[in-house]
Amino acid sequence: MSDTHAIGGRRAAVPALPAPAARRPAGLALNLSRTKRFASSVVILLLWQGASVAGLIAPRTLAAPTTIVATAWELILSGELPHHLLVSLGRVAAGLSIGVSSGVALALIAGLSRRGEEIVDAPMQMLRTLPFLALVPLFILWFGIGETPKIALVSLGSAFPVYLTLFAGIRGTDPKLMEAGRVFGLNRAGLIRHVVLPGALPSGLVGLRYALGSALLSLVIAEQINATAGIGFLINDARDFLRTDVIVVGLLVYALLGLGADALVRGFERRALAWRPNLIKG
Amino acid sequence: MSEERKVSVRGLTRRFGSNTVLHNLNLELEPGSFTALLGRSGSGKTTLLRTLAGLDPAPGDAGIDLPDRVAAVFQEPRLLPWKRIWANVALGLPGADAKARAERALGEVGLSRHHEAWPATLSGGEAQRAALARALVREPRLLLLDEPFAALDALTRIRMHALVLELWRAHRPTTLIVTHDVDEAVLLADRVLVLDAGRIAADIPVEIPRPRSHGDAGFVALRRRLLGELGVEADVIREAA
Repeated sequence: MSDTHAIGGRRAAVPALPAPAARRPAGLALNLSRTKRFASSVVILLLWQGASVAGLIAPRTLAAPTTIVATAWELILSGELPHHLLVSLGRVAAGLSIGVSSGVALALIAGLSRRGEEIVDAPMQMLRTLPFLALVPLFILWFGIGETPKIALVSLGSAFPVYLTLFAGIRGTDPKLMEAGRVFGLNRAGLIRHVVLPGALPSGLVGLRYALGSALLSLVIAEQINATAGIGFLINDARDFLRTDVIVVGLLVYALLGLGADALVRGFERRALAWRPNLIKG
Repeated sequence: MSEERKVSVRGLTRRFGSNTVLHNLNLELEPGSFTALLGRSGSGKTTLLRTLAGLDPAPGDAGIDLPDRVAAVFQEPRLLPWKRIWANVALGLPGADAKARAERALGEVGLSRHHEAWPATLSGGEAQRAALARALVREPRLLLLDEPFAALDALTRIRMHALVLELWRAHRPTTLIVTHDVDEAVLLADRVLVLDAGRIAADIPVEIPRPRSHGDAGFVALRRRLLGELGVEADVIREAA
């Protein structure tokens, strides 16, 4: 790949005509390999559909793909899916904003001062070894079974990845850049603003991506706690009626949420980290 | 004028643990002069430069008189990768015209077309030019250069030497370059100091008229003398030549 790049770069000096012609076969090959990648999935889907139609897979075990699509469409049209999706999104948004902002705040406290590190880091490192999903029983005792334990679980799940990566990013600041900043007259606030924080941003964003994944996982677990709305409720409710089609639709929505969250952070990274060498070329 | 541009160090001793790096060192730099500080690795030259740059606060700071505007160029460009070139040059500059001043300085080092570039897209020589512009834009009275060309290829280094001399003539900051390259010292400076084990072992004026070239008679003689001061024996020099 890098070889073709170099050749393309060389050619740009010569009239630009050969370049598009040279690129097309590569694009075609890419499409072809992409088609190949999807081919096996399509075959599996077809086998699944065939087995369902032939009665080899009972609907109460797993609904047919076509049934799932039809159900998804119905759920969207009836407004049921959008309603539950909004409830779930609201929980994620509330939990994430609490979790991410407290993760960032703690990372700043621990990262920017020795005393802050002494106070904050040890408890955080101890708490993070705890699988936070195991706290559900305690949370129910503390917060009841309403929205609070759900949001608290999402907050907890997202705070740690942000804290850990941002703290490491702050501490990983290149001392040579700090020196340069000091020689050129930056005070402590200036150093933090111009050197430390921008330098820690890439790892902080990696943490944010982990946080989104973790928040989603927390949401799935949290919505098992006596929910009356939300994607988790949709799934649990469907289980009681043996509606495997609705369950799969719910699972697909969770998957799409994960993909969407990841795409969101990637998009933000592309803007905020435009200075990185690998992004400059793209 | 000359009082506030004075650079003087009296009785500077620096120790790191049991290791004495600088030994009761005295140094005066003429305002507007160009001095080279030569020394083998471990001779204390970098420590002296860092002390002058205010990077290693010295307990013996009392004996150090420096002008108010000091700027430095390091061996690596040390540009902030997340700031465009002009913003790197303007780093820490007060005032609304910071960008305009940065762009003027970039023009002086021949980087007018790179204002908006990211540091990662520059070549080593270009990045070091930007670092030079970042130092110059502060109109320093004392310019400290810490082996600024050591990491560049030979051809780029020759161009950078010419650029530094040109800028020094135009702005006349008191300049101190730390180097281990004898040729570089003789080519650039009016005065060469040889630092050995934390003491100034030799203080030699360079009286070769500019522009200098490696073939000048005085150049060869001075080069041999400095190499001798650095402990490189005469037969080694002949062998290498």
